[in-house]
Amino acid sequence: MAAIIIDNVAKSFGSFVALERVDLHVADAEFVALLGPSGCGKTTLLRIIAGLETQSSGRVQIGGRDVSALAPRKRGLAMVFQNYAVFPHMTVRQNVGFGLRMAGAEPARIERQVARAAALLHIEPNLDRYPAQLSGGQRQRVAVARALAIEPSVLLMDEPLSNLDALLRLEMRAELKSVLREAGTTTIYVTHDQTEAMGLADRIAVLHAGRIQQIGPPTEVYALPATTFVGGFVGSPPMNFLTLPVTNRQVQLGALSLASPAGSTGRIVLGVRPEDLQPTAAAEGFPFVVRVAEPLGSHIMLTGESAGQRVRVIVPPEHPVRPGVTMHLRPRLDRVVWMDPASGAAVSRGEGRKLGTEAAGD
Amino acid sequence: MNARVIPYLLIAPSLAFLAILFFVPLVQTIALAFQADGIWSTENFTRMTGDLNFTDAVVNTFELVIIVVPLQLLLALAMAMMLQHLRGGRDIVLWIWSIPLGISDLAAGLVWLAILTDKGYLNTILVRLGVLSGPQSWLSYETPATLLAAIVVAELWRATAIVLVIVVAGVQLIPKEYGEAADVFGATPWQRFTRVTLPLLKPSIQTALILRTVLALEMFAIVLSIGGRNFPVLVSEAFNWQYTQQNFGVAAAYAVIVMGVSLAATLIYLWALRTPAAQR
Amino acid sequence: MTLRRAVFITGIIVLSVWTLLPIYLIALGAVGGRTVVNSWPKPFLPPADLSFATMREFLDIAGVWTSALYSVEAAVLCMAFSILLGVPAGYALARFVFAGATAYRLVVLLTRAFPVAILALPLTVGFIRLGLYDTPLGVSLMHTALALPFAVLVSASLFQAIPKELEEAAWVFGCSPVRAFLRVALPLALPGIAATAIFAFVISWNEVFAASVLTVRHKTLTAYLLSVLSESPLHVQFAGGFVLIIPSVLFIFLVRKRLFSMWGIANR
Repeated sequence: MAAIIIDNVAKSFGSFVALERVDLHVADAEFVALLGPSGCGKTTLLRIIAGLETQSSGRVQIGGRDVSALAPRKRGLAMVFQNYAVFPHMTVRQNVGFGLRMAGAEPARIERQVARAAALLHIEPNLDRYPAQLSGGQRQRVAVARALAIEPSVLLMDEPLSNLDALLRLEMRAELKSVLREAGTTTIYVTHDQTEAMGLADRIAVLHAGRIQQIGPPTEVYALPATTFVGGFVGSPPMNFLTLPVTNRQVQLGALSLASPAGSTGRIVLGVRPEDLQPTAAAEGFPFVVRVAEPLGSHIMLTGESAGQRVRVIVPPEHPVRPGVTMHLRPRLDRVVWMDPASGAAVSRGEGRKLGTEAAGD
Repeated sequence: MNARVIPYLLIAPSLAFLAILFFVPLVQTIALAFQADGIWSTENFTRMTGDLNFTDAVVNTFELVIIVVPLQLLLALAMAMMLQHLRGGRDIVLWIWSIPLGISDLAAGLVWLAILTDKGYLNTILVRLGVLSGPQSWLSYETPATLLAAIVVAELWRATAIVLVIVVAGVQLIPKEYGEAADVFGATPWQRFTRVTLPLLKPSIQTALILRTVLALEMFAIVLSIGGRNFPVLVSEAFNWQYTQQNFGVAAAYAVIVMGVSLAATLIYLWALRTPAAQR
Repeated sequence: MTLRRAVFITGIIVLSVWTLLPIYLIALGAVGGRTVVNSWPKPFLPPADLSFATMREFLDIAGVWTSALYSVEAAVLCMAFSILLGVPAGYALARFVFAGATAYRLVVLLTRAFPVAILALPLTVGFIRLGLYDTPLGVSLMHTALALPFAVLVSASLFQAIPKELEEAAWVFGCSPVRAFLRVALPLALPGIAATAIFAFVISWNEVFAASVLTVRHKTLTAYLLSVLSESPLHVQFAGGFVLIIPSVLFIFLVRKRLFSMWGIANR
């Protein structure tokens, strides 16, 4: 169990900058997810922590030790690879015990640890079989068991569930969470799937183009995104963003007059999630022209336009709706966020009081 | 046209060709070897074994195979691993090291003849360095050990590239995550090589060994050019009996021996280096 | 630079020099002529009066030019036959699942386990009867037997690497299977096929045993050089070796990028 400090780490491949000065502190026993789209640098960062890539600048500390110049095998880590990397020429037992064998542990200890890890991951019946005889999900368990068997101070996981089908992914996610919680291992988990990150992590670090845009608990990243990118990437369907003009510190949205945050002039971006928009009477909200209605079982997702921009809204499954119809929506004002239109960064969270339908100034 | 017939039509010409130019001669060789004057007999084999050069040919051939094949495998493995660790210039080095692929064994023999002959380059260097006082004969009848060494070196120079290319291709097929997993879980570079890389290279090594052994049993032009008549091997004897002595029967007998040993070696490799079904 | 790294780099340099030096030396011998070849101690640099006289002298020897041309003829024929026979078979293996496919593959692989050139011995008789003895055509047939398995297996994996969906898309948009093959699969496989063809050429150009057994008066270059091995003066042999090497090395250079994938594939 150890804390990880990533201090000013940058990485370039030739002229391509993969990571731009990343700082990250992971507390002991914490589970941090590195979330982002392909090419954002999350896997590069993980591999630098593992020692499989060397950073161009900056340091990595694990458990108070500077490991920046150390080979992977000297860092005391375990890793689960995206394609599992379970050795095909060894039995499951030999695979799970691999790390311990390399460390020169006693056979008795190896046996104990292997049995323990196998029990945790429910792979005891497969111990004497070869990976080629197992399914993808089973091989994945072997990879996790191999990592847990050495009781590492840090566990690194590189999109371990992405090659499983949807149902299996769901099951494995829950299992992983309980197993890792019990073990109390510091974990860094790379994924592009935001539901996975939300479900598993204590804190999520959202990366984009080599920079960490936000680090925080899932609820905070979800409700208070630091940038339009985070708001659009986390949560499905993504947050709506409306670019609106500001006049006299007020933003007009249909029949609503909202107070814009202090210091904003010209234009501002209003961010609100589809589930925080409620159908309402015309006098109480802003118009929304429905273009597409998708009944998704537990709700209906409507895609349409307001103020000339695309908006999505979620309504209960029984709600009567037809494409082409104009309905009126009103946001939950306590869940609205404001962004700067030029930088995409969040501005102070405005209160957005509704001033009524009277013209301002009365 | 019936779609099911199409694949058979496509493979038919090649199959027919191989039947005529491979299987038929194969059977013919066996027939030729075991016949004399139109009746089945082992007379050819008797004549063959009774010949002066026979024992030498057998011993020489086996010596060559047993020395050359393992050496080339080890050298090729080392070279392949060196290439893995090379970052810049890997392509150039790989190309340089595979130039011998295009060199015929005859040309290789001539090249090393130039180096090892009495007035050759090796003697030049040795005399210039003061190791020798005068040119030393390396390739004569009286120095069978150095003659063998010369042929080994020449063949090593020429044909290691064949094994290298197979091994390199095999290494490239191993997903790099296996090596990385070994690294992360504590393996030293040597442990990674012996516990992960080598076992996963087994199919390539098997192929390389089969190919190389069969080719080594066939060694002909390189031996003739360097050793002349001083170093008989099985195939050169076969050639002599066929071409010079016009005795097709004994030549076929030699051929049968070469084929038999090749087949045996192939079967042994196939069995010893097989990947169990469970691991595939 | 650490000591380990220095040793490593030295090793690479030594191995590279070991590969290149002999070629340089035979080039020297070929170009330097009688003087260089017979001189003692041997010079390591080209003589000041560098002349191609020896080369010209060598090429003037009646046997050499004609035999080189026979080599080219046999090699080109071998190239053509290997591709014509091998590519369709490779396509069949890649695209169709049919009974006997594994057996066919095994048979093709089996030929590698045999010293094929030896089969030139019995073929002599057959060739004499068919009038193929002592002809480049006859030699090319034997060489094709050597190169064919390679062509089949490499073509098979080339076509396997081209997604079948591309041809299926062509069918959907109106092409017959043959047209789809010619317009979609073949162009994509062409670089690999070209490399295979070149490799077949090199195999034929370099082959010694079968060429020697199957020719008398119309010898290929390798057969010719072998036959004059003991009689001709050393410098002629060197020049011959040099001429033998150059085309092959050139061709290997042309296909170097594809070489490793091809060899790896063909030998799985």
